[in-house]
Amino acid sequence: MTQPASYYYVPSPSYWPLVGALALLLLAAGAVLWVNGYSSGPLTVSAGFAVLIFMMAGWFRTVIRESEGGLYNKRVDTSFRWAMSWFIFSEVMFFAAFFGALFYARVLSIPDLASVDSQLLWPNFSAVWPNAGPGYKGTFSVMEAMGIPAINTLLLLSSGATLTWAHWGLMKGNRTHLALGLVLTIALGVIFISLQASEYSHAYSEMNLKLTTGIYGTTFFMLTGFHGLHVTIGVTMLTVMLFRVLAGHFKPDHHFAFEAVAWYWHFVDVVWLMLYVVVYWL
Amino acid sequence: METTAMGHAEVHDHGHGPTGLKRWLTTTNHKDIGSMYLWFSFAMFIVGGIMALLIRAELFEPGLQFLDPERYNQIVTLHGLIMVFGAIMPAFVGFANWMIPMQIGASDMAFGRLNNWSFWLLIPASLLLVTSLFVPGGAAGVGWTLYPPLSIQMGMGMDLAIFSVHILGISSILGSINIITTILNLRAPGMTMMKMPMFAWTWLITAFLIIAVMPVFAGAVTMLLTDRHFGTSFFSAAGGGDPVLFQHVFWFFGHPEVYIVILPGFGIISQVISAFSRKPLFGYASMVYATASIAVLSFFVWGHHMFTSGMPVTGQLFYMYATMLIAIPTGVKVFNWIATMWRGTLTFETPMLFALGFIFLFTMGGFSGLVLAMTAVDVQMHNTYYVVAHFHYTMVAGALFSAFAAVYYWLPKWTGHMYNEKLGKVHFWLTMAFFNMTFFVQHFLGLAGMPRRIPDYALQFADFNRISSIGAFGLGISQLLFLYIVVSCIKGGPKAAAKPWDGAEGLEWDVPSPAPYHTWEIQPQVK
Ligand code: HEM
Ligand SMILES: [Cu+2]
Repeated sequence: MTQPASYYYVPSPSYWPLVGALALLLLAAGAVLWVNGYSSGPLTVSAGFAVLIFMMAGWFRTVIRESEGGLYNKRVDTSFRWAMSWFIFSEVMFFAAFFGALFYARVLSIPDLASVDSQLLWPNFSAVWPNAGPGYKGTFSVMEAMGIPAINTLLLLSSGATLTWAHWGLMKGNRTHLALGLVLTIALGVIFISLQASEYSHAYSEMNLKLTTGIYGTTFFMLTGFHGLHVTIGVTMLTVMLFRVLAGHFKPDHHFAFEAVAWYWHFVDVVWLMLYVVVYWL
Repeated sequence: METTAMGHAEVHDHGHGPTGLKRWLTTTNHKDIGSMYLWFSFAMFIVGGIMALLIRAELFEPGLQFLDPERYNQIVTLHGLIMVFGAIMPAFVGFANWMIPMQIGASDMAFGRLNNWSFWLLIPASLLLVTSLFVPGGAAGVGWTLYPPLSIQMGMGMDLAIFSVHILGISSILGSINIITTILNLRAPGMTMMKMPMFAWTWLITAFLIIAVMPVFAGAVTMLLTDRHFGTSFFSAAGGGDPVLFQHVFWFFGHPEVYIVILPGFGIISQVISAFSRKPLFGYASMVYATASIAVLSFFVWGHHMFTSGMPVTGQLFYMYATMLIAIPTGVKVFNWIATMWRGTLTFETPMLFALGFIFLFTMGGFSGLVLAMTAVDVQMHNTYYVVAHFHYTMVAGALFSAFAAVYYWLPKWTGHMYNEKLGKVHFWLTMAFFNMTFFVQHFLGLAGMPRRIPDYALQFADFNRISSIGAFGLGISQLLFLYIVVSCIKGGPKAAAKPWDGAEGLEWDVPSPAPYHTWEIQPQVK
């Protein structure tokens, strides 16, 4: 390092944060209008998304330029590592809320609704899982753990392996190996998402299993849905990494962006394993 | 603390970077961002304060005066949300921005742009909240706790509150990631963890709490949103869910949240008491451990908000004892503050007065908390004015008093001027007197059975309510004096020395007053 030991990069003034705040204002206001049936809602949300994407593209372009320009020393790198770890921790806690809801429904609210206390209100209700609640009148089929979910588990586990393999390529300076590993990982991710999409459409069209199918449908779709959203975000980030690799970015000793995405991907992987056990299997 | 590189050696204050409005819109400087946070906080304090005065005006006498019950509850809700998320939390983030880099010898926060984003996100969030008053159906009128089933039935004001909470969450999580990273990674050489000022320590732990629980709150309001509009059944018994589930998720966030709003205050008070006693903080290490234990315990006590929601006796006992356990580390802190003053050379400048007011009144709030922790008692007291009195002793006399102490303590560093000490003392005594006039009597109201969140009350409560309302207006008007003191201190006043308080310790006093735009660009060596 040519800079003094205590040097730390402080970015110059930037409009991106302001643009980001505007994006979220549009998104939030638009979403409120949308869910309340105002026709201006979808338009406002789209505008918010456009501004958000504009902001992310511009902001990340700046960061990448700074990084490739050699402005980030080891200490900045360490900051990024801390930040990404804490960010993933916050995501863990977000999922924890929904896992908690599933736990609560299965261990507390369903048994309570079938207890003697509730017999007057809901006679004949028995506490079995899966369950759509005493008020649910229709019938629905249960999502099996075998079939698509099992295949998806294998897909995600392999994608974790291919990503690690890509990382080895990066460490060895073998760019083809690296790019190939990334392409494989992205492909596995995309197949995962498509399979999940077909699983959803099957659930809606054949199984009468919907978001509105009581607490079972609620927890099933909310948990797998938020996970699917994270896979989509992960695939997007991996794609960005692929383009950066093709543009010649990253060195064996300087590639935290790649590692951050890998951490994220593994986190999404672990969430899936927990989902597979408690949502599909048990 | 001895340093080899003096702060002013590397001052180059020749204002590079944009000026005027552009400076504030685009800044990545921790001091600029800190100032914006503090002014935002004060603005929200005024907005939330006006709402408080509307509430107190309505309660001035029995009967319905000028707010119908729906409006009244909307004002109560927004008052709570704005004070907690708009006034108190941003104030502490503002202090963190200004002081933590200076205290640990860092040139700035770890992520300057992200820092600015955390701030600017507060604007859309507060806009959503405040405009919700004017949409069809009005704002959310469910109390800041947003309990279903009522919150499922509200109009679009509720959706505005939900998205506002999402944005506030993003803001405070990003801000906390920034603060944690700064503290863990940017300390000057020799500034070991156990040499850090208490304010940095308490913020480190607070930031951890924020990152751990704000996402849970985001999850809770997301569930409300999907229950409201997408037919999910999280909180619907007919669908196999349970409204009480919301209370669990909310208070899993909510109890740590009350420590989020008080822990940085603990840090400030520790430093102020030590400075004006001219003694090092008594039991520094035990202060750190006590703060950490409070944070850990805060994850296991949420049930004390739900004693009347239906809970097995074992659960009630668990939450009762776990809650009482928190009194131990809190007691350690109060003991240490008093032991720091013991045989010190005390003087009573305004920051010290607010710190003493804090210790006295926060301890009372802690005691009423212990009273409420007893299940059998809480069943009587839940949702009465006793609870309102309790949390205002902790949030106003706790968090807000510590924020006042911090402002007076660090104003000379920020502005380069001394504030008007005489007026500062007047501000303290007015605040102290009117605070107690407003909230002390609410204990009696609660014990006598007056419920909270109700715009009307039975005749026997009239006298105490009148006292409380008069106190509230006095308290509100006294804060104009605070504004005057701060503004005139920014405009001028006696020049402040680099270290205006002779007992103060810490790296922030090694840089000149006012602190130059960039400090510690070459990190000091801490011995
Ligand atoms: C001038 C100072 C203040 C006055 C006169 C005041 C007054 C009030 C009143 C009358 C209520 C309604 C109680 C009820 O009926 O349930 C209330 C609620 C509340 N206040 Fe304040 N307040 C003040 C400052 C603050 C501050 C600084 C904070 C936060 C740090 C705060 C936090 C809250 C909270 C969380 C609630 C509960 C809201 C709810 O029930 O949802 N207040 N306040
Ligand atoms: Cu609590």
